[in-house]
Amino acid sequence: MHSKNIEILVGLFVVAGMAALLMLAMKVSNLGDFTEKAGYSVTAEFDNIGGLKVRSPVSMAGVRVGRVSEIALDRENYTARVTLNISSQYDQIPLDTSASIFTAGLLGEQYIGLEAGGDEEFLVAGGELELTQSAMVLEQLIGKFLFSKAEGE
Amino acid sequence: MNEPLIKIRDLHFARGDRAIFKGVNIDIHRGEVVAIMGPSGTGKTTLMRLIGGQLKPDRGTVEIDGQNVHALSHDDLYALRKRMGMLFQSGALLTDLSVFDNVAFPLREHTDLPERMIHDLVLMKLQAVGLRNARRMMPAELSGGMARRVALARAIALDPMMIIYDEPFAGQDPISMGTVVDLVHDVSDAMGLTSIVVSHDIKEAAEISDTIFLLSGGKVIESGSPIKLKRSTSPWVQQFMQGLPDGPVPFHYPGTPFAEDLLSGSEASDYD
Amino acid sequence: MIESVLRGLGRWGLDLLWRLGRGHLFLWEILKGVPETFIRFPLLIKQLYSVGVLSLMIIAVSGLFVGMVLALQGYYTLVDFGAEDSLGVLVALSLVRELGPVVAGLLFAGRAGSALTAEIGLMKSTEQLSGMEMMAVDPMRRVIAPRFVAGVISLPLLAAIFSALGIIGAYLVGHVQLGIDAGIFWSQMQMKTDWSADVVNGIIKSVVFGVVVTWIAVFEGYDCVPTSEGVGRATTRTVVHSAFAILGLDFVLTALMFGG
Repeated sequence: MHSKNIEILVGLFVVAGMAALLMLAMKVSNLGDFTEKAGYSVTAEFDNIGGLKVRSPVSMAGVRVGRVSEIALDRENYTARVTLNISSQYDQIPLDTSASIFTAGLLGEQYIGLEAGGDEEFLVAGGELELTQSAMVLEQLIGKFLFSKAEGE
Repeated sequence: MNEPLIKIRDLHFARGDRAIFKGVNIDIHRGEVVAIMGPSGTGKTTLMRLIGGQLKPDRGTVEIDGQNVHALSHDDLYALRKRMGMLFQSGALLTDLSVFDNVAFPLREHTDLPERMIHDLVLMKLQAVGLRNARRMMPAELSGGMARRVALARAIALDPMMIIYDEPFAGQDPISMGTVVDLVHDVSDAMGLTSIVVSHDIKEAAEISDTIFLLSGGKVIESGSPIKLKRSTSPWVQQFMQGLPDGPVPFHYPGTPFAEDLLSGSEASDYD
Repeated sequence: MIESVLRGLGRWGLDLLWRLGRGHLFLWEILKGVPETFIRFPLLIKQLYSVGVLSLMIIAVSGLFVGMVLALQGYYTLVDFGAEDSLGVLVALSLVRELGPVVAGLLFAGRAGSALTAEIGLMKSTEQLSGMEMMAVDPMRRVIAPRFVAGVISLPLLAAIFSALGIIGAYLVGHVQLGIDAGIFWSQMQMKTDWSADVVNGIIKSVVFGVVVTWIAVFEGYDCVPTSEGVGRATTRTVVHSAFAILGLDFVLTALMFGG
């Protein structure tokens, strides 16, 4: 009778531990997130990616559709080659979609925003986004602004 | 005479700088009840642990049933121990198990007997020590004498070929002392066990043993039947056998003479 | 004077090396007994109860309160920057990466580690371990290995429970009391907390702490001077050494995992 209770309590303990791990996986972290499931990769080249990082979100019309999975420097023309992992449920993205690097809020993190084009054909795995717009770098913006001000006068 | 069951040859053992055994030789034959005696501090318990393979001697051998205890592999040593029973002074009962489970412990660990049969075996052993009706008690509820009897039941659970008792008579009231003396005697008689009693209780040890070994100064200084020892002419043996306070073994711990100490002034100590 | 200091240092160093050596041999002996533990399941269950279940209460309560306090403190700092939406992230990352494994480990050392040392120490001082040996039952396999395995299994589970309850506590304070939107709380957290980089690394930490704390606890118990004073000292040593080991290893692991 004694050992039976102990067995039940130990069982409950293990279940509680597993439930906690499950919660950490699904609710707290992004394991339950779609991006970790099978998706397809496309690449995009940017002149400057600013503060973009691996795992930064990729969104379309504000809806997150994927994540940045890899960032590398193109050795020939010194541009940044970014690989985006798009969730397989979004498989109807037009070929001439443009990608821009935006900043969420003034000091927030940077993400890639996709803007759909009008092409009849859709992006497939291994495809490339031709139209890109680099990140706005604050210092450059301020520099440009001051320069134009000075020219205007 | 047949080959002895236990053969101790030239046993040397030291703890740190203090030599405890300086060449002990003991033969114990099958079916004998042997008492190993000596004043406190002669290393009787150490000898017991050397026989059980828990300590390694610096020199010399202990052979049990033809096997050198300290040359055995881990598995062989454990196999040998299954055939040895040992009764610790404290009983060494497992405090988280009941009396029944304590006696059943070696059976459950070493055999695949069905629970039904273990039940019967345990009750038989407990009946032999008169504690069948205490089987549901926990070790903490037992008196010292009862704990020792349970430990005895446990030691004989696997029907060993030999059993070693560490001070079985120490700290017992006269009634339980008598009970234990009878039990040790009965157990070795009924089961034909070879028994080694490590003790300093002369009267009881002499009552049950066939042979007595007297240890002192790291050596066996006398051995033989109780009657032979009582008639010994050695003053040391006489002092021990009759329990005289002073004699060849001085009452005072050796050191500086008393008068010299008194004259030396105060003692430096931690309690200034 | 200098000579005696040097001699003292030398003796201390030698003693430390000696103990470390014995400790490692001891771990090796334990590991040899581990496979058998899974065959003798009832023994393991019993130890999971006394090591894991009995520590659950203090872990759960501490986790909940640590989470609540973090949320409260974090909120007052973040609200100045208008970043109170990140409260969930702050709490989740602190708990999952650091506080969960470390605080659960410290509490575990105090609750279960000290109890293990005291229990084994008492078994040694009452000759129960010797008695077992003479009954041809290897105490390393029968007593030490199941306790070790139970500790190694329990701490990661306890640390996960600690973190999960801490996050729930933070949610209660953040959402119910301070009025942060529940959706933002969870989605921000989910976006910034990574399974493999944050959660798994936290779990690895708790497994390492589980091994080290339980190892220290059973070793101190088995190696103690078998007197009541000796057992008391060993118990204290378990808690102190475990705390040092956890904090030191946490630094090393953090540098390895999050530094690179």
